Amino acid sequence: MGSAKEISLTLDGKAVKVPAGWTLLQALEHFEIKIPVICFHGATTPEGICRQCVVEVEGRRTLLPACVTLVGEDMVVHSASERVLRARRTILEMLHASSDLSQSPELQEQMATYNADPERFPQARRRSAEVLDDNPFYVRDYEKCILCWRCVQACGDDLQFTYALALGGRGHETHIATFFDAPLPETTCVFCGNCVAVCPTGALRSKTEFFLEQGMDYDQIRIEKRKSRRDRGQS
Amino acid sequence: MKASGDNPISYESFLQQIANRGRTMLLPALLEAQARYGHISPEVAGAIGAALCVPLADITGVIEFYGMLYDRPTAETIIRVCTSPTCSSQGAQTLLKELDQSLVVTPGHATPDGKHYLEKTECLGLCDQAPTALVDLAAVGRANSARILNPPGDFHTAIYADTPVITRRCGKVEPTSLANFLAHEGFAGFHNALKLGAEEICSRVKDSGLLGRGGAAFSTDIKWEGAASASGKPKYIVCNADESEPGTFKDRVLLENDPFAILEGMLIAGFAIGAEKGFIYIRGEYPRVQQIFQQVIDAAYENGYLGEDIQGAEFNFDVELRSGGGAYICGEETALFESIEGKRGYPRLKPPFPTTHGLYQKPTVINNVETFANVGVIMRIGVEAYRAYGSPGSSGPWLFCLSGDVENPGLYEITQPITLRELIYERGGGVRDNADLQAVLLGGAAGKFVSPANLDVRLTQEDTRAAGLGLGSGAVVVLSEHADLRQTFADLGHFFAHESCGKCYPCQLGSQRQSEILDRVANHEALPGDLERLQDVGWTMTDASLCGLGQTAASAVLSAIELWPDIFQGGAL
Ligand SMILES: Cc1cc2nc3c(=O)[nH]c(=O)nc-3n(C[C@H](O)[C@H](O)[C@H](O)COP(=O)(O)O)c2cc1C
Ligand code: SF4
Ligand code: SF4
Ligand code: FES
Repeated sequence: MGSAKEISLTLDGKAVKVPAGWTLLQALEHFEIKIPVICFHGATTPEGICRQCVVEVEGRRTLLPACVTLVGEDMVVHSASERVLRARRTILEMLHASSDLSQSPELQEQMATYNADPERFPQARRRSAEVLDDNPFYVRDYEKCILCWRCVQACGDDLQFTYALALGGRGHETHIATFFDAPLPETTCVFCGNCVAVCPTGALRSKTEFFLEQGMDYDQIRIEKRKSRRDRGQS
Repeated sequence: MKASGDNPISYESFLQQIANRGRTMLLPALLEAQARYGHISPEVAGAIGAALCVPLADITGVIEFYGMLYDRPTAETIIRVCTSPTCSSQGAQTLLKELDQSLVVTPGHATPDGKHYLEKTECLGLCDQAPTALVDLAAVGRANSARILNPPGDFHTAIYADTPVITRRCGKVEPTSLANFLAHEGFAGFHNALKLGAEEICSRVKDSGLLGRGGAAFSTDIKWEGAASASGKPKYIVCNADESEPGTFKDRVLLENDPFAILEGMLIAGFAIGAEKGFIYIRGEYPRVQQIFQQVIDAAYENGYLGEDIQGAEFNFDVELRSGGGAYICGEETALFESIEGKRGYPRLKPPFPTTHGLYQKPTVINNVETFANVGVIMRIGVEAYRAYGSPGSSGPWLFCLSGDVENPGLYEITQPITLRELIYERGGGVRDNADLQAVLLGGAAGKFVSPANLDVRLTQEDTRAAGLGLGSGAVVVLSEHADLRQTFADLGHFFAHESCGKCYPCQLGSQRQSEILDRVANHEALPGDLERLQDVGWTMTDASLCGLGQTAASAVLSAIELWPDIFQGGAL
């Protein structure tokens, strides 16, 4: 940055200067203003999809996602206005009504921080799904999926260039797809594990973790894994 | 859809022909397979992936995004019954029951003999003849099961204009005849434009005050100047003919009746910004419009109005027609680019804007069909004559699509601003059967409800804005005292839940939550707190969504809550 141009703006009433080209998220975090994020991850391209990081910028009709909005000269930013807090709370409440967040402690914590009521939306359609257990390395438990896109990005252009996963469906029925729902071993998947590493909710988890949850100990897990390899004829 | 007999070449040869263009041909390849085979099998999808170098998982993703693509067999004939607000209020629900009895078929299934596949669909852009259906390629108005089983081919939209300007050739020329078009001052605007030169064209468009007719009423000259001065090359012109806003059919009528005029507007735009290629993206549910426009393109090539050195002006311009695949969101400009590029129709983050990073990330001007029609008029009659129409803040003629419980549904061209009351009662013949008016939905699903007390608003941008309303796409849906408003709300809820692309959380989740609550309201089963839930969901979608769909998905419902709060609290109407 060094001699790079500086931008003056106001963050929650405080006049600051930051390098041009920073995002609002970078600027806010630099001044220790905490902004919640869901989809954002350092290793994948920010697509601004969860909108949990929205902030209010004076003169702008809508709220703006901090993770993908660049700082602008004379911006006046409110990181926790009434509109911002309502959006964050409602997004969490709506998400909780659709997906199983039980294995995402970060989201549980956000629910508490933003006073989100887990029962706010009764009779809601949930995105339930069977656990897909089709390979020796990890399971796909899409009831827990929050459609953050990270696994698809990691599998594709951002990390692995394997393109075994894609977004399927549309709207609320969006889901993570393979070619005609093929089991992973029949796709281009190379089991690099990058998708598991970036998944924030436990929707993708290693087989070992999955077996431990089911109450097995390590010996049982070893036997189980050997059995499944044999069943697949690849001993 | 039937495998048509008029395909001279095999599908494999077709794939070979398009293979060198790569992924941008994905949607055309999938639509062609769908038309030939009735669905897309894994084998065909695999061949497409190999030919166009598209990852296989992405092909599934694209098939699942577009409503008119199927990954399993359907039937010989696909019947699509519109259930959007206009058709729903004019008997679509009864029609579905009738089909259940006569054909033994429910939505999402095929008839027992496997001949017909029935589907509920969102607005087909045929609203003036509601209820409506699309039977394979045939538009059926005033639909009943007899007309659906034997589509009579009698669909015709009435056009009303005191002083026809935009619609002056409609009904007077053979739409696909270039000679006819030329005999009625066709391409006169284009020839003037060639003489004026690029800069002067842009400055006249600016002086004309032309506002885009696609819904957002954005100044056309700002886009044109932005793209003209952008440094990237090549540049593109895109005509947005994805018209899918419920209650809107103006672009269909223009393209069916005076398609050369739209091509003329595209040519002028191309010349003005230095583009050599244009695309027209026509929604998949308008097959007749697509046939007509392809003939127009062919005729233009044959007669020196497309191709190289057009009219001796050293101007080269090509136009390619693309079909949509059944996704309202692809009318959003950046989603439309993604669709042409062979991807799921996800709106992009803005900035950057299309003028610098549009189609294929190149400088692009995208305008609505009616906007292009206006461009030709401005170049032909001049700025002063053009500004004699409309109002200072909404220059030129404006088209309105009148549908619902009104005596004379159809397309209205308005050259001197009138009020909503005048449009409905004086031009439109009033509410059908002299019933009382209950409400008007102005601007489409993304618009707002107007109560009978507010009909005196003038139909201009500035007057509607002052009244907290908007003209949107020009849709005016009339609902009489007999209409079931609760059902209309539920229809709106279904529309947005069905059409949300699902990219961003507020709309992906909010459109679903909104629809669930509106279904409860329709069934008189609203829960305590549902009104507040609708507001929180609505405000969150409006404030935090990524694109215009989510930002307007609660507009009509929030306006209804203000007008009729009791309905949402479970009280009687
Ligand atoms: C969800 C959504 C759907 C849209 N559908 C259309 C459409 O069908 N036709 C259209 O011209 N514009 C549509 N628009 C507006 C376009 O994004 C764009 O503003 C327009 O094509 C620009 O043309 P104009 O400036 O001539 O109006 C839509 C916008 C959104 C957000
Ligand atoms: S599986 Fe995990 S990483 Fe993939 S979209 Fe769902 S939550 Fe995100
Ligand atoms: S607002 Fe709706 S349609 Fe637009 S990007 Fe978000 S989910 Fe998609
Ligand atoms: S963290 Fe910014 S949109 Fe998800």
